[in-house]
Amino acid sequence: MKTGIAPLRKAVKAADKTMMMNGLNKGRKILLGKQGNDGMIFKIVVYALLISIGFVYVYPILYMISQSFKSLEDLLDPTVMWLPKSLHWDNFVQAWKVLEFPKSFAASILNSVLPALAQTLSCALVGYGFARFKFPGKSIMLVFILFTFIIPVQVVMIPLFLMFKEYGMLGSPLPFIVPALFAGGIKSALFILIYMQFFRTIPKSLEESAGLDGAGAVKIFFRIMLPISVPAIVVVFLFSLVWHWNETYTASLYLGESMRTLPVMLQTFDLAFSQAMSSSSAGQEMVNINESIKLAGTVLIILPLLLLYLFAQKWFVEVVDKTGITGE
Amino acid sequence: MLKLLRKRREMLTGYMFVLPWMIGFLLFMAYPIYFSLNMSFHKVIISSEGIKKDYVGWNNFKNAFLTDPKYTEELVVFIQSVVFMIPIIIVFSMLVALLINQPIRLKGFFRAIFFLPVVITSGQVVKELFSQGAASVPIVERYGMIEFIQNNLDPTWSEPIISIIQQLIVILWYSGVQILIFLAGLQKVNTQVYEAASIDGASPWEIFWKITLPSIKPFILVNIIYTTVDLFTNSLNDVIELIKVHMFQIDTGFGYATSLAWIYFMVIFVILLLVVVIFGRNDDYNPRKAGG
Repeated sequence: MKTGIAPLRKAVKAADKTMMMNGLNKGRKILLGKQGNDGMIFKIVVYALLISIGFVYVYPILYMISQSFKSLEDLLDPTVMWLPKSLHWDNFVQAWKVLEFPKSFAASILNSVLPALAQTLSCALVGYGFARFKFPGKSIMLVFILFTFIIPVQVVMIPLFLMFKEYGMLGSPLPFIVPALFAGGIKSALFILIYMQFFRTIPKSLEESAGLDGAGAVKIFFRIMLPISVPAIVVVFLFSLVWHWNETYTASLYLGESMRTLPVMLQTFDLAFSQAMSSSSAGQEMVNINESIKLAGTVLIILPLLLLYLFAQKWFVEVVDKTGITGE
Repeated sequence: MLKLLRKRREMLTGYMFVLPWMIGFLLFMAYPIYFSLNMSFHKVIISSEGIKKDYVGWNNFKNAFLTDPKYTEELVVFIQSVVFMIPIIIVFSMLVALLINQPIRLKGFFRAIFFLPVVITSGQVVKELFSQGAASVPIVERYGMIEFIQNNLDPTWSEPIISIIQQLIVILWYSGVQILIFLAGLQKVNTQVYEAASIDGASPWEIFWKITLPSIKPFILVNIIYTTVDLFTNSLNDVIELIKVHMFQIDTGFGYATSLAWIYFMVIFVILLLVVVIFGRNDDYNPRKAGG
């Protein structure tokens, strides 16, 4: 009898042990994962890293927004860190006036939308030409395109400045629009390459069948290729718009006094502030410039782009997937 | 005969499509480049009657190195900081791309955050954030890292390092496009290779060094080139500012300013060449191609 129980006990013990091991394994699997990158600990580390890096990343923007709402008292009060005691909208009113917002906004639109449209179309044509046709000198031209990407504007800026001056184009958006029409201008090389990569992914048979039906190259391009290239078109347009919008260096040079875009206005914010205040507040109390007003101005300048980004975010971020820019 | 005709027609259509670029290149690139090279050997005086040029040979270039008190100094400081910034940006963007590439929730949200600066940063806005002190990580300053570096390093190297620490966030802000490029590279790696490796018992650490890193190596080169060009053509740096200042100074003028711009371009060119020579060799095992 006795001898009959012992193996049973042993068996139970062994079963216990395997169950325990199983449990341990399961726990380990949940914590560490099967492949090393799907366990709990790993996930927590990934999220913690992403959240903290993400916070540091947007810190300047958050700081700027928080600062821009502070009144002078909040600004001087060291206990007020992130949340101002009250939302001080007056900063924005001041900054709006100093920036001459409606006027500069219009200038910004004029100097970014029009060149962006021109660049989107011209680079599409050129990109298509490079992607689909064989002709002598093509590879040299591609080398030149890359070359235009690395040459800093400063090298050609002075001759261009003199040229635009001679044609009386200074002070208007033309110095941005005219080169853009000819697939030149801000970062055109990049846009041509984006289009090239994109057009290469479209099967050739599509154009061939249209060609058999008697359509010419121009017709094929406008009626067949362009309509299916919406992703590339949107991406190029958005980037061109944003980069033209943010351009301050050549904008202040070519536009001079006659037209000031929003970022250019920020350059002279201090000066403009003192001028605006001394002329308008003759009877009122003087308002002194402080960090909050300046940052409110910066917020106002960023705001249109932030709104655009909010709606078009998907397009901006998917540029690489949509157009295969990195290629092989 | 028919084939030849067709070939010729293709050629002509090709030229037709790229014609705008050819005109644009000649007008807004080739001619200005010639003009600018020409000007850099002259003293250029612009009067009401037009442009007057006096040939001065290599003097402008000589002056830039020998008599200009600021130019070479600014240039060296800038190159030093670029040498630090490029690795920071590359490593950071690779890290973020690796993190976002994990199977996580809110992927779109994180992508949106890391791409945000690409959209909103103009030179002027960044400058504003610098001057308001919004660009540095507050923790770094709190722990006295800056004093530590100041006390332990030679000032020629401690100065650029400190200025980098003080602008760390904005430097990281230049990594948006690079993150996307790495992300695209990571997504093209064949997943079967990962599975095979983990079945063979490779740890994530080993997988990263043996599979992920070699397969995104070409993208590292692309990113280094992009970052270099981006940093050099960024309107924020002092060298470019100096060139602009000289443009409108009567005693130096356009001639001297263009020769400064040309020196600047040659520096970029040499750095890019070095990058391509050092990182361009691509004879390593590439699982992306081997995996099919």
